[in-house]
Amino acid sequence: MSRLVWLGRRLVHAFGLMLAVLVLNFVLVHLAPGDPADVIAGEMGGASAQVMAEIRAAYGLDRSIGEQLVRYLGHVLSGDLGFSFYFNRPVTALVFSRMGATALLVASAIVAALVLGTWLGVIAARRPRGVAAQLVAVFSVAGFAAPVFWTGMMFLLLFASYWPIFPVSGMENAGTPRVGFARVLDIAHHLVLPAMTLALIYLAQYSRQARTGMLTALAADYIRTARAKGLGETRVVYRHALRNALIPVITIAGLQFGQVLAGAVLVETVYSWPGLGRLAYESILRRDSPTLLGVLLGSSVMVIVANLLTDAAYRLADPRMRTQ
Amino acid sequence: MTTSIGRRGVLAAAAGAAVAGPVQAQVDPRRGGTLVMVGATTRHVNPAIQSGTPAGLPGTQIFASPLRFDEKWNPQPYLAESWVLAADGKSLTLNLVKSAVFHDGAPITSADVAFSIGVIQKNHPFKTMLEPVESVETPDPHTAIIRMSRAHPAILLAMSPALCPILPKHVFGDGRDIMTHPANTAPVGSGPFRLTEFKPGESITLERFDRFFVPGRPYLDKIVMRIIADVPTQLLALEQQEVFYNPILSTLRDAERLAKQKHIQITDKGFEGIGALNWLAFNTAKKPLDDKRVRQALAYLSDRVRMLKVLQGGKVPQALTPIHPGSPLYTSEVNHFEYDLKKAEGLLDDAGYKKGADGVRFKITIDPIPGAVETTTGVAEFLRGQFKRAGVELELRTSPDFPTWASRVAGQEFDLAIDAVFNWADPVIGVHRTYLTRNIRKGIIWSNTQSYSNAKVDALLDQAAAEPDPAKRKAEYKEFQQIVVDDVPILFLHPFPYTQAAHAGLKNLPSSIWGPMSPWDELYWEASARR
Repeated sequence: MSRLVWLGRRLVHAFGLMLAVLVLNFVLVHLAPGDPADVIAGEMGGASAQVMAEIRAAYGLDRSIGEQLVRYLGHVLSGDLGFSFYFNRPVTALVFSRMGATALLVASAIVAALVLGTWLGVIAARRPRGVAAQLVAVFSVAGFAAPVFWTGMMFLLLFASYWPIFPVSGMENAGTPRVGFARVLDIAHHLVLPAMTLALIYLAQYSRQARTGMLTALAADYIRTARAKGLGETRVVYRHALRNALIPVITIAGLQFGQVLAGAVLVETVYSWPGLGRLAYESILRRDSPTLLGVLLGSSVMVIVANLLTDAAYRLADPRMRTQ
Repeated sequence: MTTSIGRRGVLAAAAGAAVAGPVQAQVDPRRGGTLVMVGATTRHVNPAIQSGTPAGLPGTQIFASPLRFDEKWNPQPYLAESWVLAADGKSLTLNLVKSAVFHDGAPITSADVAFSIGVIQKNHPFKTMLEPVESVETPDPHTAIIRMSRAHPAILLAMSPALCPILPKHVFGDGRDIMTHPANTAPVGSGPFRLTEFKPGESITLERFDRFFVPGRPYLDKIVMRIIADVPTQLLALEQQEVFYNPILSTLRDAERLAKQKHIQITDKGFEGIGALNWLAFNTAKKPLDDKRVRQALAYLSDRVRMLKVLQGGKVPQALTPIHPGSPLYTSEVNHFEYDLKKAEGLLDDAGYKKGADGVRFKITIDPIPGAVETTTGVAEFLRGQFKRAGVELELRTSPDFPTWASRVAGQEFDLAIDAVFNWADPVIGVHRTYLTRNIRKGIIWSNTQSYSNAKVDALLDQAAAEPDPAKRKAEYKEFQQIVVDDVPILFLHPFPYTQAAHAGLKNLPSSIWGPMSPWDELYWEASARR
């Protein structure tokens, strides 16, 4: 019962938060100078006053912002994300067509950052004064400090131009699309650079976190006990110490999911990855508020799913969570 | 029942071409291959209701037009196998190719031409393009006669692929609003390629239309336009052979970088028709720019020769007049406003703007359109330094994106603006709009946002628009150019240094005056490089 109450409360919070996000973003988009009619007129090569008025009337832009907001919220509450001003098609379909690509990119980045970051952290913690530890420290500071778009360009120059082992852009081969398993491989090949670019900044953070966690854990009494029992070093490090050291890493990863999504906007633009981030960027440039808000809603759903997964991961790493 | 008879009729009509067609296709070494290229984000692919390259590039592949043009501005047969412009210039008769069919197999008839011209006249942003058209008569299915209230020499260029796509009446004429018609993104076309997939903001896929009315064409099997937003990524993708064609590179710097690659060819051909000019616009309704002497002074200060040397390595020519240097109507016999600090200071003194105690005469702002540095903010920075020499302070107002800039300029809330504007081949289509007094329309971008008004210019433009005699017309436009250059509502900087970049194995890059904004039915892959 208490669990249901907890869940219900969280849902109410999430709903309120989402509503606030919608209203805030709606207002922000409308505060920006120019409106979709300006954008469309610009792309048309100019338009008469009548056409401008028709565009504004067709999208309800001639009404007051309050009226537009109420109408929009009404639509959203009835499950209709509206019509994209720019692309002239339902936002729901548009968002769904892009969601998979972003989910793939972000999930790969997070998994890569978690696995590699933790591994580096463990290496650094096992010999805190060793050469490897120093290298990890330098790498994590640099990785954390480098802006995503810069890393993206550097990766492109290195691994797509100077040493072309990965494709430059897109999600799959455009000329002759592959099918079946060949397609999976093709997408994976295209995924490496964008996912690594996005992963790098978090990888750096997680390695620091894992290192600290490991140092604490390795100094704990139960590790001495484990060693005293005669357990092998690998088993001590990975089964006993790492499990505890992982908890803060998972916490941070879960909390940062939203930030990773934000980073995806830049990465998707640099690599022409056909995801939500690029759609968000393009809809800002075009003052396409229904699409932008649709993307933000879609992202919120992804964040909520990610939080649930984080909870599940806790339970896996820490048995105490299961009995609670 | 009727459809099957109709089909058979079409097949019979096409039989002449069909007999030779497949045999030719077998031996023609140019046939085949896929072209993956850089595309642009567009709302739809219907150029009948929108100008500009994003819709025009795919649109001219999907839809055929009555005429096409060669590299020397001569009209060539396309959907019209022949045409007659009446001696009084008041009617144009188009004799259509008889075997032509739409992508759904329905014949292309004069009724479709009449319908399309009606749609364009009513909905295309270029209102002057078909303004005098009164009716389109269709005496038989293969003859369309365009009747005009007066001579309208621009009518031939208005029949170009980018400006006059022929739409199927049975699809677009179903009574739904053309601006939001679903067929705008899923069209039944008349051109060499048919659209098979439209992924908004992502890609556009075209495939060869096997029953295209020009026998044996097109050569390519498939075209995939991939939308790559980031310019460095576009360049890298071309270098790494992920894309093979970029129809419009907007900076010389990018073209030079690509030209270093052995497998890439660059051409600057094919941009005369669009006639893109980069210019500095003056808000002539605002003080102190309402004074012609002030505008002339700023023109004398601008030193465009040095500007182009600094920003473009001296490789881009100057633009002197409202008409693109590639146009047959262009004249260079105008005031060149060569750099002259003394003259500029004299003019400013005469206008009553003396230097203050701080050495400053006045402060004005400049709004560059968002774009590549060397054509926008770079120009503004350069001008700031130049103007300062004569005590004119220039404040740079950059805009993060197009709508921000457009709302300022269209709203006439600017002093100076840097803008890139297209001629669209005939001055009636793309030049008049900037200078006619009656086109001062607040809130409308690329109208006469300068609020420029000169009765003599208005009269000249109206006269030239209806002048059937080419020599007289040329003289009228010459006088127009001389007056406008002297009045300085706009200081012309340079033609936009557009280039096309493609893989070296791609042959017959579109090089007519419309360049990439024309059908790519002759474009082919060299067999050894074919993809």
